[in-house]
Amino acid sequence: MTALHSQAPAGETGGEYAFAYLDEQTKRMIRRGLLKAVAIPGYQVPFGGREMPLPYGWGTGGMQVTAAILGGDDVLKVIDQGADDTTNAVSIRRFFSRTAGVATTTRTPEATVIQTRHRVPETPLSNDQILVFQVPIPEPLRFIEPAETETRTMHALRDYGIMHVKLYEDIATFGHIATAYAYPVTVDDRYVMDPSPIPKFDNPKLDMNPALMLFGAGREKRLYAVPPYTRVVSLDFEDHPFAVQRWTECCAVCGSRDSFLDELIVDDAGTKRFVCSDTDYCRQRQQETGQ
Amino acid sequence: MYVAVKGGEQAIDNAHRLLAKKRRGDTDRPALEVAQIRQQLPLAVARVMSEGSLYDEELAALAIKQAAGDLLEAIFLLRAYRTTLPRFAASVPLDTGRMQLSRRISATFKDLPGGQLLGPTFDYTHRLLDFALLAEGEPAATPAESAAPASLEPCPRVLEMLGREGLMTPERDEGAAVPDMTREPLEFPASRAQRLQALARGDEGFLLALGYSTQRGYGRNHPFAGEIRIGEVEVWLETPELDFAVPLGDIEVTECEMINQFVGHTPDQAQFTRGYGLAFGYAERKAMGMALVDRALRAGEYGEEVQGPAQQEEFVLMHCDNVEAGGFVSHLKLPHYVDFQAELELIRKMRQPAQDATPTEPAPLEENRA
Repeated sequence: MTALHSQAPAGETGGEYAFAYLDEQTKRMIRRGLLKAVAIPGYQVPFGGREMPLPYGWGTGGMQVTAAILGGDDVLKVIDQGADDTTNAVSIRRFFSRTAGVATTTRTPEATVIQTRHRVPETPLSNDQILVFQVPIPEPLRFIEPAETETRTMHALRDYGIMHVKLYEDIATFGHIATAYAYPVTVDDRYVMDPSPIPKFDNPKLDMNPALMLFGAGREKRLYAVPPYTRVVSLDFEDHPFAVQRWTECCAVCGSRDSFLDELIVDDAGTKRFVCSDTDYCRQRQQETGQ
Repeated sequence: MYVAVKGGEQAIDNAHRLLAKKRRGDTDRPALEVAQIRQQLPLAVARVMSEGSLYDEELAALAIKQAAGDLLEAIFLLRAYRTTLPRFAASVPLDTGRMQLSRRISATFKDLPGGQLLGPTFDYTHRLLDFALLAEGEPAATPAESAAPASLEPCPRVLEMLGREGLMTPERDEGAAVPDMTREPLEFPASRAQRLQALARGDEGFLLALGYSTQRGYGRNHPFAGEIRIGEVEVWLETPELDFAVPLGDIEVTECEMINQFVGHTPDQAQFTRGYGLAFGYAERKAMGMALVDRALRAGEYGEEVQGPAQQEEFVLMHCDNVEAGGFVSHLKLPHYVDFQAELELIRKMRQPAQDATPTEPAPLEENRA
């Protein structure tokens, strides 16, 4: 696996499009929105989301954020499900190496900007990295209250009673909180926020993370952020504390017992194997152990 | 040792090649020209321009060709191009009263100033497959062309005439700047201008179904097709350099004005209300669906009880865009291994106590998963 993919020549699109596709006015508008989002951690900032040449729901929000913050000397990593080689991650990485000509990498420590869908890398991030999340439904209260007019009022009044009732009903029905991903969090003791559909396994990584975390929802036209070193607390109850998934198995490739594992069915008899969902983390461990 | 599936890049390249091949079809047949699509599939071009929010017949035809006839994909292509274009001005409002008509009908008056003109319409055709077209011949001879091609002089709109009698609730132009929902995110409640913009870009099928639902009682408001007119209108622009407006050119539009049930606090103040639809090109079904939904969405304005989905602004406006809807539905094809794994872990955990309580099933979880 090569660390740095060959750098596509800038202007491969023939000068028909601006650096990183979006025009400068749009990027400035998004950066303004991001500044507001950083200033009010966890608050959803409406923004004039543009149509992107990739479908809504495939990361257009994350791509607009990445396009707005990317500079010529940035090194970009794109992951989907923790992996650099999933088709949509490949597609988005190609898009930016084509339209911005930036260097790309699969190695987490080498990246300055990491766009992700559904995972936070296992390798701890540093304070000179930015993690950009692709968000399908930014509103954590949406599945309890479908109307935007209502949910905005609830956020304004910090009226999160219905969310606690929902979690309580889970406990009453199933014995524990039946949310495995997109598990709601409170940011900086103020706004309840959807951490995007990351598994709740990743929620603790958001807390006091040194990296800046930006969230972009293209179809819903919302931006939000968790600034570096911000308190992020997963919602729970004293007698039902928040807990993350654990596996009895370890990674079949690198032997990790601490990472989030993907389950693979490897034969017709349904035999299961578990491997790290974070492909770069798994590769690093294989190198360390000399496999 | 299991080797994780690799090769996403190669797979994507191969998929693109296969798609290009599928689009082209049998290379023994001549390739479709963009000009042929533009000339011979004008209704498809009209739909792509309307929902793509860009009046450009040639690019719409190109998009249809590139999308292998998938109109929603063509709309998406046109939108993704449109979003990169600079916006330099808003035109003067179109004066559809001065339209060069190719079709004009009213279901409310048998005869009226300007008369009725069927124009080119599928209405009254019998939907019988024309096998002459299959044989690549010209369709069966139609009756000799009428002596003079019928056309109508520009004529006043029907609802204007009712309005002069005070029978229509007046539409007020607040003179506010034209909002652009492709630049500013929608916030609710939306203005009528924003609603009409969203509906004009909205999916024809969705608006048709919602309009139909109002006819069947989910937010009924008694529509009459007051007037449908199709034809060319001039687009005028006021530029800062000149103190008068200049014409940019003609565009073809379809306009539908529905006359709906009356409102008024006292019987002597009773007035009809209006639903409005406008679409690029020859797009009657779209314009009618839009007019029905526009009227349904005015429930709040007229103090009507909101009973049907077509009357719920946020529901309609957030779901009428087929590029948004198509994208979000299709993203289900993307991998969700991680979320699914999280759910698997959860559902197994939920079932665990039940399994433990069954003595005939001693297999511990670890063995199952080995």
